[in-house]
Amino acid sequence: MPAPIRLRELIRTIRTARTQAEEREMIQKECAAIRSSFREEDNTYRCRNVAKLLYMHMLGYPAHFGQLECLKLIASQKFTDKRIGYLGAMLLLDERQDVHLLMTNCIKNDLNHSTQYVQGLALCTLGCMGSSEMCRDLAGEVEKLLKTSNSYLRKKAALCAVHVIRKVPELMEMFLPATKNLLSEKNHGVLHTSVVLLTEMCERSPDMLAHFRKLVPQLVRILKNLIMSGYSPEHDVSGISDPFLQVRILRLLRILGKGDDDSSEAMNDILAQVATNTETSKNVGNAILYETVLTIMDIKSESGLRVLAINILGRFLLNNDKNIRYVALTSLLKTVQTDHNAVQRHRSTIVDCLKDLDVSIKRLRAMELSFALVNGNNIRGMMKELLYFLDSCDPEFKADCASGVFLAAEKYAPSKRWHIDTIMRVLTTAGSYVRDDSVPNLIQLITNSVEMHAYTVQRLYKALLDDISQQPLVQVASWCIGEYGDLLLSGQCEEEEPIQVTEDEVLDVLEGLLVSNLSTPVTRGYSLTAIMKLSTRFSSVNRIKKVVSIYGSSIDVELQQRAVEYNALFKKYDHMRPALLERMPIMEKTASNGPTEIVQTNGETEPSVVEPKHPPPVNQPASQGNDLLDLLGGNDVPVIQTTMPTKPASAGGELLDLLGDLSLGGPAPAPAPPAPASQPPFLLDGLSSQPLFNDIAAAGEAAYNKNGLKIDFTFERANPNPNVAVITIHASNSTEADMTDFVFQAAVPKTFQLQLLSPSSNVVPALNQGTVTQVIRVLNQQKQQLRMRIKLTYTHKGSAVQDLAEVNNFPPQSWQ
Amino acid sequence: MINFLLLFSRQGKLRLQKWFTPLSEREKKKVIRDMTMSVLARPPRTSNFLQWRDLKIVYKRYASLYFCVGLEEKDNELLALEMIHRYVELLDKYFGNVCELDIIFNFEKAYFILDEFLMGGEILETSKFAVGGSVEEADTLQETMEEYMSKPAY
Repeated sequence: MPAPIRLRELIRTIRTARTQAEEREMIQKECAAIRSSFREEDNTYRCRNVAKLLYMHMLGYPAHFGQLECLKLIASQKFTDKRIGYLGAMLLLDERQDVHLLMTNCIKNDLNHSTQYVQGLALCTLGCMGSSEMCRDLAGEVEKLLKTSNSYLRKKAALCAVHVIRKVPELMEMFLPATKNLLSEKNHGVLHTSVVLLTEMCERSPDMLAHFRKLVPQLVRILKNLIMSGYSPEHDVSGISDPFLQVRILRLLRILGKGDDDSSEAMNDILAQVATNTETSKNVGNAILYETVLTIMDIKSESGLRVLAINILGRFLLNNDKNIRYVALTSLLKTVQTDHNAVQRHRSTIVDCLKDLDVSIKRLRAMELSFALVNGNNIRGMMKELLYFLDSCDPEFKADCASGVFLAAEKYAPSKRWHIDTIMRVLTTAGSYVRDDSVPNLIQLITNSVEMHAYTVQRLYKALLDDISQQPLVQVASWCIGEYGDLLLSGQCEEEEPIQVTEDEVLDVLEGLLVSNLSTPVTRGYSLTAIMKLSTRFSSVNRIKKVVSIYGSSIDVELQQRAVEYNALFKKYDHMRPALLERMPIMEKTASNGPTEIVQTNGETEPSVVEPKHPPPVNQPASQGNDLLDLLGGNDVPVIQTTMPTKPASAGGELLDLLGDLSLGGPAPAPAPPAPASQPPFLLDGLSSQPLFNDIAAAGEAAYNKNGLKIDFTFERANPNPNVAVITIHASNSTEADMTDFVFQAAVPKTFQLQLLSPSSNVVPALNQGTVTQVIRVLNQQKQQLRMRIKLTYTHKGSAVQDLAEVNNFPPQSWQ
Repeated sequence: MINFLLLFSRQGKLRLQKWFTPLSEREKKKVIRDMTMSVLARPPRTSNFLQWRDLKIVYKRYASLYFCVGLEEKDNELLALEMIHRYVELLDKYFGNVCELDIIFNFEKAYFILDEFLMGGEILETSKFAVGGSVEEADTLQETMEEYMSKPAY
């Protein structure tokens, strides 16, 4: 068989291929030749063949059949073989391969080889890709070599030790003795790798860190020598001596000085020296300055030094070199929390970076930093810049920027008008990028700015006339028009020229949203609800009725359901309509309300939760008058009782009565657990109008027992969440007649959340022939005593029975 | 530590790949693809840094070759630029006015030089002369064809 072609020959040949297919063909041919050569166990050309294989591997072709050959090369006596063998191992034999471990013995032997270059090859391979097992097996050899006087080997052993420690941290201890005089070396390679080794150990172990703190003076000395020393041709980079070593020492000093006064003080002078004397004209000097700044900021440096550091960053920001500006912004972002005032001084430069052409990184960093620097004093100016940035930035940043603007505006808005204007600006310029959760947040904000209602609705209306493609804007606008449409008509706006608009025009706009292709289903929902609300504010009720009835047969189930229910409102419950569709009360924010969190809904995206007056449409069978006001809804639907924002005591006491016997006439919307302003611990305390209040403190777990109906409670803890108590009620009937249409409802104090699942049935059979069970889940995060008010309704012997009771003798295990 | 070092041409052809973390072949291919795409797509006059997953990517173009390095959070990007430059200098010294073809036809030597300069993702030797010196000395240990044939393999 002729000798396999040489490596360079192959490379030349493959490069002449004009198409991918031609190249593939050549490679397949050569691979076949190589494979047969391997099969023949040819020692002479193995090296050449593996080298060719490595080339083909780099082109992207599979080379796994060469793995074992690499092992054979490593085991060979010839240096040429070993060199290629180890290279092949590093490229083809990482720890995921089965045969990886087979290298261990060869490496072990080579670590003890007489030729340092062979030892070097073994150390390199182990130190680049040795697996944990290999590291465990060979750590001892590495440790031995760490103590050798041969600096070529010592530096390699040091980095090999670093790899061993990364793979098997427990082995760190065994390298400790060998580190004793690593820093007294003159050889820069050994010094550098030793500093890396020490850094790795200090990062991983606080004990090591404490142990190595004593090296600070020595490190400072070495650094000083590097700075002061004359020109050294082999280490010089643009006039700076061994910047790599300098930076690593600075990094180690950072770790050693952090949180330690003495160490920080010991390095103070050298840091100041480096910070002031380093040449900044070239990248290398700035690299050192950068590391110095990071160190100064992390250790307990004196304030003068910190100011110096921030000023260096400030100067970086003005540097022409984009890399340096980028690095400065990143570092400033890290320090803005701790050294806020110092960073503020550079605010204008930072804001200018928003306009920088380097789109991806710098503008993003500048944006983050700008948001971090916004405060009550600079809000107007900063917001102007940030809104301008929002207009012109890449779409990928718009969502973050918009959220940032909302947050900042919320925190620092100088006036309500300014706040609303800012929001409008964001919605109109970046409306489609605004996050979904900001819609309910904005609605809440608008509701609470009572004096701005007219202005807001007017501006939103005008925005809608311009553009209906941006869904968040459209949603907020339709909600507002629904709420405040009357203000729109009456032209009450004080802030700006009131708009002249007719009812029909407004309804045109809203109906336009319903039919537009640009509107999402959610938006259509908003718009339909808004039209409905206008039925109590506008006089064109007939037009509204028509629209609503059309959508009663809409394909969109959501829309259809709403329309059907609103229709029902027109037909059967017209007397309740004004009450239901009344103006929303001011919503107070709950303490935990952040921009991303608004109360759980029943899976609805529309803010049915934000509209406590509207029981979520899903739960509005409207079968019994009482139930409309009762957010626990019908039997079949699981209900989550949400922690609603509290309602001010503007309504009378009866309004807040969830389960009480209310008169249906007047405005009596009853949001789920509202509380009177004084916020008693239990919902209905302090209210006198409580007929039929059954104060049975049931012994044991029989919670209720009256008129033949007995309700027992059993408890267990929900598995994933220990704060949730799962209560099962068992209703039994000892009378001779069945109890039909049995409905069990419950309410709990505000600090709890309650979820009622479907009952097993709504007929409680007579004579204890069976029980109806229903599961209640109570979330009791504050671990308070559980109390519950229950309401039972059923039909017995032809007449409807209704009863209220309070259960407050839950066993402690149920709520602890 | 450096997670990987890649060299690729302006057409996206890989010329060198060094990995300091264990990745499967598929993952490596993905990284290479992502790197070549991101770096080659960069408009002119932008910084040499970009963010990719949780790594900082530092790249620099020398003639027709892109040198691309993946760094961890704590690493100094400006120093990485110096490191890349040092490697190019080392190649230049060894090959004498190095160009892409040298690296194509002598890729194994490029690896040998790299392995004397970096190990385990860290810089091994900071002296300009020591790296080249070691490689050249090791070269002398490589057997000539006659020596190779006459020496027993095992």
